[in-house]
Amino acid sequence: MEFEYAPAPESRAVVDIRPSYGLFVDGEFTDGHGEPFKSVDPSTEEPLAEIATADAADVDRAVAAARAAYDKVWGPMPGRERAKYLYRIARIIQERSRELAVLESIDNGKPIRESRDVDLPLVAAHFFYYAGWADKLAHAGFGAGPRPLGVAGQIIPWNFPLLMLAWKIAPALACGNTVVLKPAETTPLTALAFAAICRQAELPPGVVNIVTGAGETGRLLVEHDGIDKIAFTGSTDVGKRIARAAAGTDKKVTLELGGKAANVIFDDAPLDQAVEGIVNGIFFNQGHVCCAGSRLLVQESVADELLDRLKRRMATLRVGDPLDKNTDIGAINSAAQLEKIRMLSEVGEQEGAGRWSPPCELPQRGFWFAPTLFTDVAQSHRIAREEIFGPVLSVLTFRTPAEAVEKANNTPYGLSAGVWTDKGSRILWMAERLRAGVVWANTFNKFDPASPFGGYKESGYGREGGRHGLEAYLDV
Amino acid sequence: MSDGKAVSDGKAGSEGGASGGMARLSVRKTYKLFIGGAFPRSESGRSYVVNDGKGGFLANASQASRKDVRDAVTAARKAFGGWSGRTPYNRGQILYRVAEMLEGRRAQFVEELRATGLGKGAAGAEVDAAIDRWVWYAGWADKLGAVGGAANPVAGPFFNFSTPEPTGVVGIVAPDSALLGLVSVVAPAIVSGNTVVVVASEPAPLTSITLAEVLATSDLPGGVVNVLTGRRDELAPWLAAHMDVNAIDLAGVAKDQVRALEEAAADNLKRVLRPGVTDWSAEPGTERLTAFLETKTVWHPVGL
Amino acid sequence: METLVSAAELRAFLHGLPGVDQVGAEERAARLATRSIKTSAKAQAIDMAITMVDLTTLEGADTPGKVRALCAKGRQPDPGDPGVPRVAAICVYPDMVATAVEALRGSGIGVASVATAFPSGRAPMEAKLADTRAAVEAGATEIDMVIDRGAFLAGDYLKVHEEIVATKEACAGPANDGHGAHLKVIFETGELVTYDNVRRASWLAMRAGADFIKTSTGKVSPAATLPVTLVMLEAVRDFRAETGRMVGVKPAGGIRTTKDAIKYLVLVNETAGPDWLTPDWFRLGASSLLNDLLMQRRKLATGVYSGPDYFTLD
Repeated sequence: MEFEYAPAPESRAVVDIRPSYGLFVDGEFTDGHGEPFKSVDPSTEEPLAEIATADAADVDRAVAAARAAYDKVWGPMPGRERAKYLYRIARIIQERSRELAVLESIDNGKPIRESRDVDLPLVAAHFFYYAGWADKLAHAGFGAGPRPLGVAGQIIPWNFPLLMLAWKIAPALACGNTVVLKPAETTPLTALAFAAICRQAELPPGVVNIVTGAGETGRLLVEHDGIDKIAFTGSTDVGKRIARAAAGTDKKVTLELGGKAANVIFDDAPLDQAVEGIVNGIFFNQGHVCCAGSRLLVQESVADELLDRLKRRMATLRVGDPLDKNTDIGAINSAAQLEKIRMLSEVGEQEGAGRWSPPCELPQRGFWFAPTLFTDVAQSHRIAREEIFGPVLSVLTFRTPAEAVEKANNTPYGLSAGVWTDKGSRILWMAERLRAGVVWANTFNKFDPASPFGGYKESGYGREGGRHGLEAYLDV
Repeated sequence: MSDGKAVSDGKAGSEGGASGGMARLSVRKTYKLFIGGAFPRSESGRSYVVNDGKGGFLANASQASRKDVRDAVTAARKAFGGWSGRTPYNRGQILYRVAEMLEGRRAQFVEELRATGLGKGAAGAEVDAAIDRWVWYAGWADKLGAVGGAANPVAGPFFNFSTPEPTGVVGIVAPDSALLGLVSVVAPAIVSGNTVVVVASEPAPLTSITLAEVLATSDLPGGVVNVLTGRRDELAPWLAAHMDVNAIDLAGVAKDQVRALEEAAADNLKRVLRPGVTDWSAEPGTERLTAFLETKTVWHPVGL
Repeated sequence: METLVSAAELRAFLHGLPGVDQVGAEERAARLATRSIKTSAKAQAIDMAITMVDLTTLEGADTPGKVRALCAKGRQPDPGDPGVPRVAAICVYPDMVATAVEALRGSGIGVASVATAFPSGRAPMEAKLADTRAAVEAGATEIDMVIDRGAFLAGDYLKVHEEIVATKEACAGPANDGHGAHLKVIFETGELVTYDNVRRASWLAMRAGADFIKTSTGKVSPAATLPVTLVMLEAVRDFRAETGRMVGVKPAGGIRTTKDAIKYLVLVNETAGPDWLTPDWFRLGASSLLNDLLMQRRKLATGVYSGPDYFTLD
């Protein structure tokens, strides 16, 4: 019997989006002096708000405010006091989590189920986790009295706007730094809501500054002489530009960049869970995940069976309104990203890979892309090498464990990898050989504030999360 | 220790002497490169003059070319899998064995350092410090995993652990501290399983080749350490730009050269260790160890 | 299905099934449990659930009066609303089958009887088969047998297989005219403990001829859970893909609220698929669930929360 789920929309009434937003500098919302831009709801293409752009003078002001706060307030403050501010912020995030989740889904396009069940709990957890480190840095293994770096310039992407903010700001503040953070231009709203949370928490002015704008604002921040630290999450191309810009300076740099993770399925894998892991690996957050399992490497002896199961499972994915609680795949974040996904998918077809999507009705307006898989993909195809950053899975096969490792590692990236097998010794053998910062064995796309995250090779350097994540914000 | 004498004795090979015959002509050492466990000449066929502390001729050293950089990187990459796959205990044993052999060549190193202008006492002290430094780093092999790793208490039914792993092929521009400085940059990079391509001190390269001789006769697999002598300005940019080099230590790079090398290193996001150390006799800390480590985090469900 | 089965072949087959990762299976079930079923979908789900209920009484204190009352409830769950559909079956002990058959005559409601020394199954095979035949002869249309968990856990899969085959034969009835009782095979998953065991038991039962596979007796905790049912739904899905034959699934025990029931329906819908969303292929073994379904149904219809006084306790 057909069982249709009726629409189950989360209420938008919990959010109050203002027509325009300024910058957050020195504890105040102020005008920006660049050309303002609009943030758009990607599921409807409706403009949400007008956002200020920070120009050079605005960035100067923000860095100066951060410096003053570092010198006078936050730097000298005992760790236990810093900790209490961070705990306070964590609590406010929990209290306002529904509002923030809805706002995130509206601005980003991600399903409310994910913003509600994944992003927001992790955001709060991250502040809780690093709050606890603030007065324990002497015990973190970096010497008796590790010093903060000073002012951190932080640039975050649009795929997990508030979560990436948490990953950046929580450890920076815990270690005693002050920050100037630039959210992505397509998803600034939750960062600005966070600014309001800083005010609610009575965080001293200048400790957190938010400057909005596009790449140019980011460049101004990265190249600013007044910052001691650059933390960037985003594309490998921009990461390289930032590394070049920091060359010859004393700025400490950590980069969390792209990936093309292999998700390796052996013939003795727990197949149903593997299918879930594959789906979660590539369709979570519309595939806008740097560590997405975008290359499925499946042992040839089980490839047909696995693909049958995967296709059947993909047919149950629900694409549509991000605010519908039953939506599995929301909107692509921007027209530009949609164009890139379309372009690379067309390339995949031209290269001869077999393209498949389940029957799937997409809304008329907004930016949408059906979950897609490509079979018979070869290592030499562009869709096996380039980061698509969308709900597109490339399927390749292998015959032996050694071949799986060779193919998995045969990429300039090295952010994450997945292994599925019921054989314990094989998991450890694989985990040892995969050149990736995170290896998920019999699971995928798991995150936790206590768990270090970051890449090998061109996926960047430095770690976020865990004790290791402190190093990025200490002068060690 | 005739090699050492040949270096230190500027008059070696001159004629004369008593006892009614020709004085014995000493056998001079040809200083070559060290690549993949072998001692080839530079493919360019070039060499350059190395002077002693007073500006007199000491020896000819090979003047490596970009193609020698290429070959050395290839050798280092080839050695990486095997070396990083050794047990930490085994790497520690091999490095300690190197220290034993350094001790055995102590007199030779003292002579070589004296030739660069150091007094006898200072030269002896530096060799002692270098051997002790090597031993210190050797002992780290089987402790890094414990000190740098972690079992991470995640909020869910997962076992989650982090382990440090070597970054890969590390390019090292060695400082001019001919032995202590050299040892202080090579040992921390290789003890964790990296393989290295070292551009030796340009004015004082000879100890690097003598060190290579020690390494070649120890149990260190060929290609783990590769040594190039020659012009830093010529070699370092090739090393910094090489897309199969994962990290670079700029210890011996002049301040005004750092920026260009870092920019080149950004092309494949090499981990960069900027120059900073001036006193190589100071306690080193763990900075040079951790600079060339990656943290790998593994998740696994806990269930029935 | 093969007629002759060897112990070695059976073991090799069952141990060759893909494993089940506990964390992953539970995660999947938990995620499906977050589906939000509202308004028209909820109304559909409630009625669907009512039609799938095996209304159950399995007490030592069961009497003909109690069973007749339950049958009346099954025919007309809500006396205030004739639009409420009837339940799928009434589930009783074998000695109550005749009473139930009488009370349900003409209703189309099935009579399910537990058998084979329910709930422990610890009786000689002859007794278990006699138990089954008695229930079938009294008019049971469905037999809910228990497997020998001891034999299963001891690795004697052949014994379990043979018991199912024999019970299936007993279900055919004396006439053996093809109108015999359907066989539901209860695993008592709370005693099998691991999902790997649940998957193996599912395949074992399906290969032996089970018409339905059922989680629990309701006498052991934990009884039905979402992840256990997920694993069984995966098994029937895969079994159909391989053999073309459909097997039904029945979680039983511990399902008390509408919210719970809807989670199971979502699980069916997105695991085995909509083909299983009928009383022919999916049942909910329950007793107190029915009143909660009725209460939620009335809330949807009237917009007002109802109370237990407005529904019959039987």
